[in-house]
Amino acid sequence: MFTYYLRLAWISIIRHWGLSLVMICAIGLGIGAAMTTITVNYLMSANPIPHKSEQLFYVQLDSWDVNEPFDEGVNPPDQLTYTDSTNLMKAKKAFRQNVQAQAYGVIEPEDADLLPISVTARANSADFFAMFDVPFIYGLAWSEQSDLGKEQVMVLSKKINEQIFGGENSVGKTIKFDNNIFKIIGVIDYWQPKPRFYDISTGAFSESEDVFVPFSLIAEEKIRRSGNTNCWKPSGDGMAAFLAGECIWTQFWVELKSEQDRQDYMTFLNAYVEEQKQYGRFERPLNNRLSNVMEWLERQEVVADDARMMMAMSLMFLTVCLLNTIGLLLAKFLGKAPEIGLRQALGASKATLFSQYIIESACIGLAGGILGLGLSFLGLIGIENLYGEYMQGLATLDITMMTFAVVLALVCTVIAGLYPTWRACNISPAQQLKSQ
Amino acid sequence: MLETGLIIRALMRNKIGALLIALQIALTMTIIVNAIFMIQDRESQMLRSSGVDELNTFYLTNTIFGQDYNIQSALQTDLNTLRKMPGVVDAIQINAIPLSGGGWSSGVQTEAGEDKDSIGTAVYMVDDHAINALGLELIAGENFSATDIQWRKSGQSTWADKVIVTKALALSLFPDDWQSALGKTVFISQNQTIQIIGIVKQLQAPWNGWDGVERSMLVPFQMESKGSRLFIRTQPGQRDQLMPQIEKLLAESDKGRIIRRMRTMEETRERSYQRHNATNKILTTVVITLTIITGFGIVGLAIFSINRRTKQIGTRRALGATRWQIMRYFMMENLLISGVGIVIGCIGAVSLNMWLVKTFNLAPINIELILFGVISLLIVGQLAVLYPAKKASMISPAMATRTV
Repeated sequence: MFTYYLRLAWISIIRHWGLSLVMICAIGLGIGAAMTTITVNYLMSANPIPHKSEQLFYVQLDSWDVNEPFDEGVNPPDQLTYTDSTNLMKAKKAFRQNVQAQAYGVIEPEDADLLPISVTARANSADFFAMFDVPFIYGLAWSEQSDLGKEQVMVLSKKINEQIFGGENSVGKTIKFDNNIFKIIGVIDYWQPKPRFYDISTGAFSESEDVFVPFSLIAEEKIRRSGNTNCWKPSGDGMAAFLAGECIWTQFWVELKSEQDRQDYMTFLNAYVEEQKQYGRFERPLNNRLSNVMEWLERQEVVADDARMMMAMSLMFLTVCLLNTIGLLLAKFLGKAPEIGLRQALGASKATLFSQYIIESACIGLAGGILGLGLSFLGLIGIENLYGEYMQGLATLDITMMTFAVVLALVCTVIAGLYPTWRACNISPAQQLKSQ
Repeated sequence: MLETGLIIRALMRNKIGALLIALQIALTMTIIVNAIFMIQDRESQMLRSSGVDELNTFYLTNTIFGQDYNIQSALQTDLNTLRKMPGVVDAIQINAIPLSGGGWSSGVQTEAGEDKDSIGTAVYMVDDHAINALGLELIAGENFSATDIQWRKSGQSTWADKVIVTKALALSLFPDDWQSALGKTVFISQNQTIQIIGIVKQLQAPWNGWDGVERSMLVPFQMESKGSRLFIRTQPGQRDQLMPQIEKLLAESDKGRIIRRMRTMEETRERSYQRHNATNKILTTVVITLTIITGFGIVGLAIFSINRRTKQIGTRRALGATRWQIMRYFMMENLLISGVGIVIGCIGAVSLNMWLVKTFNLAPINIELILFGVISLLIVGQLAVLYPAKKASMISPAMATRTV
């Protein structure tokens, strides 16, 4: 029976080809637009580290000006002062902890033929690699002793290792970075979390860094820091005064194994702030926060307004396309009233008629879905070209989204077809036959 | 008109069909009015001038890594070389580039003290050549003199004692009269004094999305820093030819540094507004496709309803209705349906706009745009129905005598 209905649907679609084309195009365009924007939103709000996103927490402490609270008092500052993050580091109250900031510098290759390379760097502590599951090709991460001993060690990205050492195992070699000699102790594989959750402040979709160096070297002025610095109170001249000042420029992550650990850590943070209050710091009321990865991404509004707005628009667009389809299907099915009347008179049940017309709707939906899939490929290419770097890697359709596109088209059209089909099944045969 | 009542009665027999088109028109109106509004909003932001002579300027980043490097003398050498080059109007060292997205800001206040309100402003650290090199227009007061320029160490917290501000910053500090800002002493870093010695017409901050984008100030500092930018203005038409020459010259004159990220101001503007541009193109596509889809939907439905009524139309023609009357009937029918859709669409457009205002801090929509939406959708509806109506009017009176 099913194949028979498919044949009937085919005949009907071909006979009214103009109308069918309008419907297929409308569904295709609607699905194409919706899928393009849904994909971008889906990738923007993806979980970059699913297996442990619930165990990694970003720490916020409200060290800000009592007269002019940060973010009008809604959220605590988005980074920590050097004083606080180093104190939390020393306290070692979490399973793992990492203090970090963005840095940069120039690598001078030994090979005189190679030009100096300007690189981006992440200054972080030893736990960074284990916490964020950074994959290594050669060597290992540095240890806590290296952090404390302010050792000049470096972990290279795959890209830089290829550029300087041609991709071979460079562990044990040295490299001249900003006039200081660093020992290479590890090379990581390609690693680009999307969003780049570990540091939202320098761009949620920026590239991960070229090299990694111990955070403790910043205070030694062996590394030049970059990234965002925000101060509410002027600090004195020089590095020591800057480090001791009320400027926020470091990020602090902890890894906590259980809900109990999270509560304990929160208690510890509050106690820490209470203690600091005695030194005249933290004049604002207690406002500390621990956010796990997904909470943090949400708080920092990683999904761009543009993307959300576009998605809202494209869903409305899809609705218009579906209304269009309902209207056209209704017209088409009602146009077949005499035929339906005749079939009913010859004994076709309502259920038979219903399945026949739903199959016809589904066929149109399937065709629209396939067209929509093609259009969303084009749409995503277009988005990537239009937005450039900003959307790099965010505009790809995976198999989940592809299936979703076709299913969405089918479901939408079948729903759109319900009312017209119902109307068609309720045509009274007597009246239709009379008018013939 | 008597016919209107007739059309309404006929429509009531197929309420759902008519309602569907009306709803479709309503949603289309909601979307296109808001989309056009957002396009216009972005267009107007993109049309703002940065205050800089964008056509004839470019910049590059100078990263120093050499040991025992004399930053002060190297910078002076660079600037002297550049300023003497034929075709170069002027050159400066600068800490940040307008529109580039990265820069420095600080708070300036008219009363000293921690608890006093301050106004955020972008900070450009430059020397006395800045007005000429950037191509700014000094509208009050005077430029820095060579003796005003101080060396600023990396991490230094004290400020120079003179500044040049933009008119917008002057107006924010002294809302009653921006000209009164000239010569006034204001406070930076809560309690350090600085004197406003000049006011420029316009110079945008590095962040185009910031609501204080027009507020910026020039501070007479040369930076003793290992990373800085050189900003160069050329004679009209000579920029593209000079850029590679200058890059090569600087790179070869000194091996203790890297010259990179050379970029024109035009490119900076393009990159700065890339997302605006992209969003606008997408919205334009949405508006066009949506209008086409709605138009075709109307055509499709009209053709069907006409096919179903072939016999009735034939009867009307046989009873003496003119072709024009038949056409008028269908156009009138469309007008009524569109009318209902547009009324709902107006409500929808305003509601969507209210949501956008609340969620994305957009501005409220203007009435002209809604009016534009009303008129254009009426026209689209009439144009779409024109062909089916014309076809209907061609139905011969003889059809009345035939069975379907």
